[in-house]
This record gives sequence, structure tokens and C-alpha cells, in this order.
Amino acid sequence: MTDVAMKVPAARRLRWPNIPVSVGIAIGWIAAMLVVAIFADQIAPYGFTKFDLRNRLSLPGNPAHWLGTDELGRDVLSRLIVSIRISLLIAFGATAISAIVGTTLGFLAAHFRGLVEQAVLMLADFQASMPFLILALAVLAFFGNSLPLLIGLMGLFGWERYARIARGLAISANAQGYAAAVRQLGATPQRVYLKHILPNIASTLIVSMTLVFPEVILLESGLSFLGLGVQPPMTSLGNMVGYGREYLTRAPWIMLAPAVTIVVTTLAVSVIGDWLRDKLDPTLQ
Amino acid sequence: MTTPLLEVSEISRTYRMRAGLFGRPTSVHAVDGLSFSIPKGETLGIVGESGSGKSTTGRMVLGLEPPDHGSVRFDGAPIAAPGTATWRAQRARMQMIFQDPLGALDRRLPVAEQIREPLDIHNIGSKAERDARVHELLHAVDLNDGHGRRYPGALSGGQRQRIVLARALATKPDFLVCDEPVSALDVSIQAQVVNLLVDLQARLGLTMLFISHDLRVVRQISSKVAVMYLGRIVEYGDADDLFARPQHPYTQALVSASPAPGRRSTGRIVLSGDPPNPAARPSGCAFHPRCRLATARCKAEVPVLTALDPQRQVACHLVTGAPAQTQDAA
Amino acid sequence: MLRFFAIRLCRALLTIALVVTFAFIVLRLSGDPALMIMGPEAPPEVIEAFRKAWGLDHPIWVQYLDYFKAIGQGELGRSMRDGRPAIQLVLERIPATLALTIPAFLVKVLLGIPAGIYAALHRGSAIDRAVMITAVAGFTVPSFVLALLLVLIFAVQLGWLPSGGQESWRHAILPIVTLGFGGAAVLARFTRSAMLEILGQPYIRTASAKGVPWRRVITDHALPNAAIPTVTILGFMVGSLIAGAVVVESVFSWPGVGRLLVVAVANRDLAVVQCILLLVAMTMVTSNLIVDFLYGLLDPRLRSKGAAA
Repeated sequence: MTDVAMKVPAARRLRWPNIPVSVGIAIGWIAAMLVVAIFADQIAPYGFTKFDLRNRLSLPGNPAHWLGTDELGRDVLSRLIVSIRISLLIAFGATAISAIVGTTLGFLAAHFRGLVEQAVLMLADFQASMPFLILALAVLAFFGNSLPLLIGLMGLFGWERYARIARGLAISANAQGYAAAVRQLGATPQRVYLKHILPNIASTLIVSMTLVFPEVILLESGLSFLGLGVQPPMTSLGNMVGYGREYLTRAPWIMLAPAVTIVVTTLAVSVIGDWLRDKLDPTLQ
Repeated sequence: MTTPLLEVSEISRTYRMRAGLFGRPTSVHAVDGLSFSIPKGETLGIVGESGSGKSTTGRMVLGLEPPDHGSVRFDGAPIAAPGTATWRAQRARMQMIFQDPLGALDRRLPVAEQIREPLDIHNIGSKAERDARVHELLHAVDLNDGHGRRYPGALSGGQRQRIVLARALATKPDFLVCDEPVSALDVSIQAQVVNLLVDLQARLGLTMLFISHDLRVVRQISSKVAVMYLGRIVEYGDADDLFARPQHPYTQALVSASPAPGRRSTGRIVLSGDPPNPAARPSGCAFHPRCRLATARCKAEVPVLTALDPQRQVACHLVTGAPAQTQDAA
Repeated sequence: MLRFFAIRLCRALLTIALVVTFAFIVLRLSGDPALMIMGPEAPPEVIEAFRKAWGLDHPIWVQYLDYFKAIGQGELGRSMRDGRPAIQLVLERIPATLALTIPAFLVKVLLGIPAGIYAALHRGSAIDRAVMITAVAGFTVPSFVLALLLVLIFAVQLGWLPSGGQESWRHAILPIVTLGFGGAAVLARFTRSAMLEILGQPYIRTASAKGVPWRRVITDHALPNAAIPTVTILGFMVGSLIAGAVVVESVFSWPGVGRLLVVAVANRDLAVVQCILLLVAMTMVTSNLIVDFLYGLLDPRLRSKGAAA
């Protein structure tokens, strides 16, 4: 009996790629979102700002407007597609920035130790202890708003997690082992950190990225919903929900389509992230 | 007489340790006023228990950490401060073999790429020349190109150590420090790696500092041997002679504890007392609490390394001291 | 013990100092602080008086110190909308925010912690799975979507509750549910995993193996130990009460600090934003200190550990 129980997972492990159904669906959804984001211009049936005044607030299921139209007769599907592009652009851009900033600071802390390390750790503590939404709102209040600023601002979200991870792993790599060996070969610090330490800790960093990514989506959509993130005529998922809120009683579909997209995308990235974490790095959290 | 390739004079290294953040800091004299030199093409073996400061010596000799006092001169010039460009350039001429070959290799790169890395770092040769050199090095350590394509995890301990050796030799260095290079390996593999080292040393005319706690290995590979105890050299001499007639009581104990073919089995000297702790160095001769011959003078006075004859130096009151002081012995 | 709290207090003050520094840097980067704080319509002599009062003619580091001094004395500038002191505007909104966040906090604790403990003790049961699914939903459904869904169902479709405003206690129900649900889900998930980790510890197995009744193992050994990590997340929740209220107050047109912040940001009413920023930092720091104090009570070992860290 135990033999049978042992054999089944072993056989399953041999099959490649060994991906649970939920993770498969999640990857499929993210892939679809990426395709939509990249080919938004080709896929969108209408321009996202184009009015169709004869078809205002038309219901979903209408052959001309599958997801209906809004108050001004703009096609909800087309707006959704463009919103996905903007929201994903911000989320990917911000996640990449925060991973780069955090990892760099973590490496600097590990390399110089002493004061540099204390400063990085102090900033990380500060970042972790202040609600990011409030800091973000403060910056937006002082600087006004633009897409690059928004991406840069979101890029400051979560950097402290990468910094802590990168610092810890780099210190342990430096203390003994391959990094020390390569350094005594005469390698420059850049070479040690980028060619050796980074590839060795990449899986842990990637897992952290999948944990930060959904939070960035939620943060951006929250700011945009409040009217403080992406500004019209540009549109994002949170923006659409915020706009749809005005027509909640008459045309709830305007709000529901982007809301569902936000929830499913966040869920999908979380599912992938949990799976990757179990697979690559069970030590995290 | 040839000028020595490596000249070490009076180097010391002290670590400060604390028990917790608010504990009182204590100084640990890892290495205390060490001097020796290695002529070109020769191998000096350093023997000692853990805590004797032999690894710290290896690191200071390579310039991986600077000595607090004293100087290390390599080929007539001082070693640059760690991390500087000059220091990095010097790495091409001096290399290190580590105790743990798996830890010393990057698990995410094929080993051939790691052998090639010193050539990339020091920008030696064209791409084709580097490839040829990697091929040559793999063969020099009795491996083939197939091994080169593997990752460290797919090689055995002995094969990994040969990869580390090949990488260390890539830039044709003059000087090699081997820190316990075989102690992490199976006994059956140790001999292969040691033989390879002896062979390469002879073939390439390498100068080596060979650190080990294993007397047999040291004897096989070294021309001169230094015995270290708590940061100081207690005995120094020609390898075969030193092991054949050890003078210092500590060396005698070490030699008696190590079985060797052809040596008459005299009574084994068992060391009593605590193993050496560099944080609590005994007064006088650091070995006196464990020495079966210790006298009152040994507790009070630090013995100086003194030439017994041109081939042998010993730091022991009983061996070098005035006869009047030895009456308490026996 | 005393040293432990002294160190924590220093860190708390340091965090406040960092927030003030952050505000100072952002303020200076964004333009002329006199115009920013007083508003562009302020008469020139007022601007000049402000410049003198704030010492804008001094070198930057003197200004930096003066800025600290001014904030220490409660000089937080005036709202550029109605000219009233920013601090007064913020203070009068606090009761409304507390009216939402305190009941919501009780919902989180009274729902989330028991659900998490129950789920951990009955691992794999239907309730455990329900808790886990709800917890995932609590993380992936943003509060503004949840709020709108609740409005759609209970206000628009069923007509049971009002969709916004602050006239009666019935207006508070939907915002409290929105705030409480997400937090309860996070707390349940966290409590569950803390409990599961404790239940896997050798001392729990030892206690039950030597015949201690299971109920006592739970109450005497598991719960006190699981409480330590849970207190941390509770502290963070208390500290981020205002941040959590930002979105919900906006959806339900609830006149609290969160809504004030959104309006202030939209109008670039910098004095008010700066004042709320400091308020949030103080709340956060205070709740962290309380958490540290509770730690000291819950786990005496942490005192020495905290001192060494």
C-alpha cells in the first residue's frame, strides 16, 4: 500500500511540465493579459476615446459592443483593453524598478557594511513601517501627476523586501564560498555581484517579485480609482472602476468588467507566486 | 642562494570579539609575530591544530586580509591593499586552493566556464586561446572536456577539487596557497589529489604554502615545515628531518600521534589538557599547560624561535634554554 | 527591560524624524515652500512674513532644523482652501474616522482570530477551506471593488442600506463591513498559519504526549505562543487604520481623515497633506511601541533578544 502511495507522486514528478491545474489556468490568464496588453491597438474594436452617441449606456451582449458602452457611448471592451495595457505597464515597470533598486541597495549594504548598511536598513525599516499609500499620496500631492512619475513612485514600493533578501544572501555568499573564491581570483565587485551572486539568488528574488506584483496592481488601481493615479484621457483598470462608480445604478457593467479583471489578475499572479515559492524557495515566509 | 619569492616578517593579526552587543570585547591573537620565507620553487608546509592561526596566515600571505603588524613581500614588492586594482592584478600571480571545493565553485555555472574565469578577469589571450587553455588545464588535472561541461553538483569531491586546482592554475601563477586542500575529501581520493599536486608542483616549478593538520600529507608535499601553536611557529625545519627527529614537545606529540610507515612505533604521547584557545592564551610558552615537561620558566617566559643548527629552529626552553633550567624536567 | 524600551523609543523617534525629513525633502523639491504652504493667492507681505518666520533666507541645514522646531511646536501651516490651521482641520475629522475604524477593528479581531484558530485546529475541514478561500478573496479583491459590490447589492438592488453619507448609524454599516472584511481575512490567514506552526513544535507534542488534556495544551501552550506573531500584525493594522480608511471613506463619502487626505491631495493642499502624513507616522510609531510593550509582557525572552539585535 505504501508502495502504491509512493509511486504515484514519483510518476507525477517525472512528467514535465508538472503544473497543477490552478497554476496552469493562472499562467494562461497572465499570458492572455500580456497578449492583450501588447497587441491592444490591434485587438481593440474601437478607439478607446471614440464616442458612439447613438449607443450610449448600451447593455453588454450587444453585437456592436460586447461589454456594452458607457455614458458617452465609448466601447467598454476597447477601454478595458487599453486599461489592461496601462495597468500592466505600470505594474511591470514598477516591479522591475523596485527589484533593481532594492537588490542594488542590498548589494551595496552587503559590500560596504558599516554605515552604508545601517543607512539602508534604517530606510528599509522606515519604508516597512509607513503605509505606502500615504507616502504615495503625499508625493502625488507635492509633485502633481504624470505617468513616468507614477511608475517611478510605484517603483519605490516593496524595494525593502528585495534589499533585505539581497543583503542577507550576499553577506552569506561573501563570507564563505563561491563569492570569496571568485573575489580572490581578482574579480571586480561588479563581476562578483552581477555574474555570480545575482544568478544564485535570482530564484528567491523572482519569487519576491511575484509577491510584490499583485500588490502594485492593487495600489495603482486604488490610486487611480481615487482619481489620483492615471489621469484622463488616459485610462487604467482602477480608473475605469472609479468612472463606473458614477453609473453604478444605471450601468453596473462599466465597473464590473475592470473590477473582475483586477481581481482575477491579482489572484492569478498570487497563485503563480505561491506555486513558485513552494517550488523554488520554500524558505521564504 | 636564491632570493625568496615570498618573505613574511613579523606579521600579527588580532581579532576583536564580543559576547553579544554589550559584552566586553576580547582580543584574540590569531597570529602573533610570524616570520618565514619561501624560496622560489619550494613548498613550505604549515602544520597545526585548529585555532593555531594557520588559515589566517594563509589569508594574510595572499593579501586577502592585511596583517595588523609586519609585512608580506611577494617577489620583492609589498602586497597591495585588498580590493584595489593593483591587488586584483596581483591575483593572477598568486592563487588559493580551498578546503571545500563545492563551496568554492559557483553551482550555477558549468565548471569549464569557471576555469576560464581567471583568464576573462585578467584579460589573458583571445577567445580561442582561452578555450585551448581550458582544454589544456582540464587535461593537466586528469579530467576531460566532458567534465568541463558539467555543473559542480554533477562532479565528485575529488573532481571538484581538481577543477578548483585547474582554475587556480589558469593564469600560470607563481605561488599557490593550499588551505587544507584534501581534508574534506575521502581518504582514497586524498592520495590522488596530493599526487597530482606534487606532480604539478614539480612540472610547473610552483612555489607553495601548504596548510594542513595532516602530517603525512604535509610530509609528502613539503620541503620545509613550520609547526604552529596558538599563532606562533614552535618548530621549523626540513620536512623529512623534522618528522624523523622532532625536537619540540608539541611536535613530538603530533608525530607520535600520526602513524607513518617505516617509523618504529615508540610510545604514543597523548596530549592532555584543553585544546588551544586563542582567546585565552596561556602565559609564557603557550603550550606549557599541555606539556608533560613544563617547568616554572615555561609558565613565565615566552620562548624565542632559536636556530638549533642551520636546518632547524625551535622555540622551547627545554631544547634551547640554559641547562640549569632543565633540571625540573623529567 | 528598561534598555529594551529605551532602544525602541529611540527607534520610534528616529522614524518620526525620518518622516519629517521626508516631508522636508519632498516639500523643498516641489517648489517654493512659502507659496506651496500659504497658497499662491496669499498677499506678498504674508509670504514675506512666512519666509521670515520659517527662515527661508537661512542656509538649508538651518532651515532643516527650524523645520523640525516648527513641527515640534505644532506649526503645521494653514489649509490653502479655507485658511484655517491644518492641524485643526485634521483633528476635527478624527472622530468620524474612529467611528468607522474602531468597529471595523473589532470586526477584524472578533471574526478573524477565532476563525483562524478554528481553521488551524480543524485543518482540512470545510470551515478551514472556507476560511482560506475567504482569506484569498480578502487579499485579491481590492477594498474599492468590495465596497462597490456591497453598494450594488445592499443599496442599489435590495435598498436596505444607504450608499453613502453620515446621517445615521445605518450609514456606517457598509463602510465598517468593507473595512472589517479584508482585515479579518488577512488576520484569519495569519492566525491560522501561526497556530499551525506552533502546533507542529516539539513542545506541543511533548505536552500532549505526557498526557496534558488537549484543551489545556491549546489554551496554556499553543495560544500564548501563537499570540506573539499575531500581535505584530494587529499592531500594523492599528497603525495603518487611517491608510485603510482612505479608500473606503472616499467610496462612501464619509467625512473622515482619509477623505480629507484625498481631497487635499487632489487640491494640492500641502499643509493638510503634511499634517496627515505626520499623524499617520505618529499612529504607526505609537502602535509599534505598544506592540513592543506587549511583546515584553508575552515573551520575556524577546527583551534580551531585542537588546542584542
